[in-house]
Amino acid sequence: MGNLQYKVIVGLEIHVHLRTKSKMFCGCALEYGATANSRVCPVCLGMPGSLPVMNKQAFEYAVLAALALNCKIAEFTKWDRKGYYYPDLPKNYQISQYDLPLGTGGFIEIPLQSGQTKKIRIIRVHLEEDAGKNLHPAGNFSQIDLNRAGTPLLEIVTEPDMNSAAEVRALAVELQRIVRFLGVSVADMQKGHMRFEPNINLIITRDGTEYKTPIAEIKNLNSFRALERSVDYEIQRQLDEFLQTGKVMEMGNKTTHGWDDENQTTVLQREKEEAHDYRYFPEPDLVPVVMNERWLNEIKSKLCELPLQKQMRYVSEYKLSDYDAGVLTAERSTAEFFERAVKKGGDPKRVCNLLTQVGLKLANEAGCTLAELIPAAENVAELAEMIDTGKVSASAGNTIMRKMAESGEKPQIIAEQLNLLQKSDAGELEVIVDKVLEGNPKAVEDVKSGGKKSKKARGFLLGQVMQKTSGRANPKIISEILAEKLG
Amino acid sequence: MRNELLDMGCRQLRDEIAAGQVKSVAATEAVFEAVEKYEETIGAYISTFRKQAIAKANEVDEKITAGKKVGLLAGVPIAVKDNMCTAFGATTCASKILENFHAPYNATVIEKLLAADAVIVGKTNMDEFAMGSSTETSGFRRTVNPWDTSRVPGGSSGGSAAAVAGRLCFAALGSDTGGSIRQPASFCGVVGLKPTYGRVSRYGLVAFGSSLDQIGPLTRTVGDCALMMNVIAGYDQADSTSVDEETAPVCDYLEKLDEPIENLKIAIVPQFNAGADEQVQKALRDAVGTYKELGAEIIEVDMPHLDYAVAAYYVIATAEASSNLARYDGVHYGHRTDNASDYIEVYSKSRAEGFGKEVKRRIMLGTYTLSSGYYDAYYLKALKVRNLIRSDFTDVFEKCDCIMTPVSPTTAFKLGEKVDDPLTMYLSDVYTIAANLAGVPAISIPCGFDEKELPIGLQFLAPAFSEDRLLRIARMFEKQTDWHKKKPVIS
Repeated sequence: MGNLQYKVIVGLEIHVHLRTKSKMFCGCALEYGATANSRVCPVCLGMPGSLPVMNKQAFEYAVLAALALNCKIAEFTKWDRKGYYYPDLPKNYQISQYDLPLGTGGFIEIPLQSGQTKKIRIIRVHLEEDAGKNLHPAGNFSQIDLNRAGTPLLEIVTEPDMNSAAEVRALAVELQRIVRFLGVSVADMQKGHMRFEPNINLIITRDGTEYKTPIAEIKNLNSFRALERSVDYEIQRQLDEFLQTGKVMEMGNKTTHGWDDENQTTVLQREKEEAHDYRYFPEPDLVPVVMNERWLNEIKSKLCELPLQKQMRYVSEYKLSDYDAGVLTAERSTAEFFERAVKKGGDPKRVCNLLTQVGLKLANEAGCTLAELIPAAENVAELAEMIDTGKVSASAGNTIMRKMAESGEKPQIIAEQLNLLQKSDAGELEVIVDKVLEGNPKAVEDVKSGGKKSKKARGFLLGQVMQKTSGRANPKIISEILAEKLG
Repeated sequence: MRNELLDMGCRQLRDEIAAGQVKSVAATEAVFEAVEKYEETIGAYISTFRKQAIAKANEVDEKITAGKKVGLLAGVPIAVKDNMCTAFGATTCASKILENFHAPYNATVIEKLLAADAVIVGKTNMDEFAMGSSTETSGFRRTVNPWDTSRVPGGSSGGSAAAVAGRLCFAALGSDTGGSIRQPASFCGVVGLKPTYGRVSRYGLVAFGSSLDQIGPLTRTVGDCALMMNVIAGYDQADSTSVDEETAPVCDYLEKLDEPIENLKIAIVPQFNAGADEQVQKALRDAVGTYKELGAEIIEVDMPHLDYAVAAYYVIATAEASSNLARYDGVHYGHRTDNASDYIEVYSKSRAEGFGKEVKRRIMLGTYTLSSGYYDAYYLKALKVRNLIRSDFTDVFEKCDCIMTPVSPTTAFKLGEKVDDPLTMYLSDVYTIAANLAGVPAISIPCGFDEKELPIGLQFLAPAFSEDRLLRIARMFEKQTDWHKKKPVIS
């Protein structure tokens, strides 16, 4: 076999549904799960005589995403027709963008397991309409649901800059976080909001000679797991194939595969890359889109710090763990809520704990955002401070957090109502300590005599004080008083 | 015995109906009596809506009796070409593939006609998907020229032109991709206007060549044409290529119609006219004389790129058509083959059975020109020619108010004469095609008869969105002549 090394080369094509209210070129509602063919009109049905009208919101979302991917935005872009016959495509052409995509030449930064980041170059970003769905019920026929036809679809094409399945996955996850952060897509994988098509091959070095395996494209992957596993599978398959056949990349020997989730294998769909002729030409029913500076600036103003940058900043600036920072930056609303609470004076670590241990769980249960759950971030800041200054214990803090979500009351009031305030007044506590010492001379003796029993007796006395205060005394202060009195 | 009502113009009829002097029902009944009598000979319609039309006429009459306000076309019986979608009846485009297609919506122009209280009497015959110049490619029937029933009415809006000339309606809508309103108007001795691209909404017009298609009126007089424009022109948000009010406001095309254009300057293109029949050229010379008498200045101009117009047109129009007609596949609506063994055969057999010869020819031409490796040589080059023609027009319009040309090199030809000779048929569009490529408005008006007593048309082309001036220029001629008053005697 000789000395063999290989490098994995992967490029990705990603389709993302945008979260507009209506479709790309008509007024039909975008609604997942509606009765088949109930969200359709002459335009998305491709009826004779119907004409498309561009959804401006979709275009703005697409530009915003392209900006976040560091793309150059075209000042002039147009629509093209991509012709192919398929039953789920009512016009038998798809309105897309061919030679003048709205965004070109960008990059996306992805986190690596090493903790570093890597830039993956973006070739282009363009907007198009999605097709419907072919359904194949049992029997000698198929059905077509056109509810999805005309959904605004963002297509993102990367350079083949990824070198492992883990990197491919990281890009997919990061992209999901970005489009969610920007609010341009719900990016729900289960609803098919994101679909991936990796192009994979290997550069194999054997005995000093380089070989490139034929490129394989895997179509239509709609989960991170399937994406990562199919790439891994394909790497191994190509390696095996090379070792068996020695086959290398040639013009036209790119293959197309599907992913068989049940058997966890890729399945060959097309042996040779068919000479696809889509007969692109400019869509005469739509006018070109001219992006002027004012409009572009308007869209730019909706940009924000991207999740990965935020995550890294939380780690360096707030000393949060990478994990916690990741949780807080999973959704833009969570990060914004966190930042508001910190800005109001909450200790970042403490606020983080309140949010990750209680707030997010409650919000998740209620199916809403943190801000919807607890409108006033300053209440969380205040609660964090109460914990930090010992006014309430950390566990009482969690209880108060839950109550805040229910009633919206200020933490101070909740703490009072629930008698959760810790007694930290040294004078008041001293009186109680004295009473306890008076009533337990044996324990006092044991402490003073030192030795084995001393530690246990000190704990007993502290417990007595806590009992007398119904657990609301600040244990730190009691210890101090005891130490002072008993030495 | 012919009902005299039928010779009335739209404007007069509308005013008399609105004044209660004539009932819309009477006018509508008169139309259907004429249809009963002559339609078998002429074959102008694919479908008629007698019951619905009478009901609408009654509704308008009642509105008037009740003293309610009525629209610009109150009670006037109008025909529309069968490539405009109507939520009533079928919309066939004269194609077997859409034989039983019932659109779920009205085209914008249909909505506008109905809002103007027009009575829609029927949908007119045409070349299949508007591809043709004689109405002979219709998948359903033959339409003849009311002036000579052995001859074609022109096309593709041949049914509309024949219906207007033959008094089977008072006015009609047609569509014009390369001359499909103007050429049949000229063959049938009526007025036909192709508005500026973007002036009239295309929403609901079944597309042939999307960047060229435009809906326009066919009428018996210039005044009726202006009235129809008042109803159908204007921005439509459902058509992204329609032009908004800010860019080019619509105006009342009737308001100054009778005012002549002062210091009118008309350009003629000698290079262009040479190819027309001698009798057509003579009619043009006579028209030049008429305008000179009216004080117009006639200048001669050169439009160097017009020679390439037909070639460019047939590349662009067929390319767009090949894509526009891809949707007729037997899957979602329209004709579906009974003999498919898989979905590919649903496509190929449904289309093979549903489309006629000329449509297939153009789909193949267009598919070829858009194919990779040919795109640059054909489609892209044709777009460049188109731009050169556009700038030819821009240059000429700096020197004149309008350009005057024949509409067609010949008068109406015999049925069957050219139907198997597509190239000759294509060349009959030589004078009309440039207006579509450049997007400018153009009108055809009657300007005489040849020795066979067949009408000859005169064409004017004007700068974009100057339909008001174009109509006034046409009206100047109409006032001086009485060609528009002649009517065919249907044998």
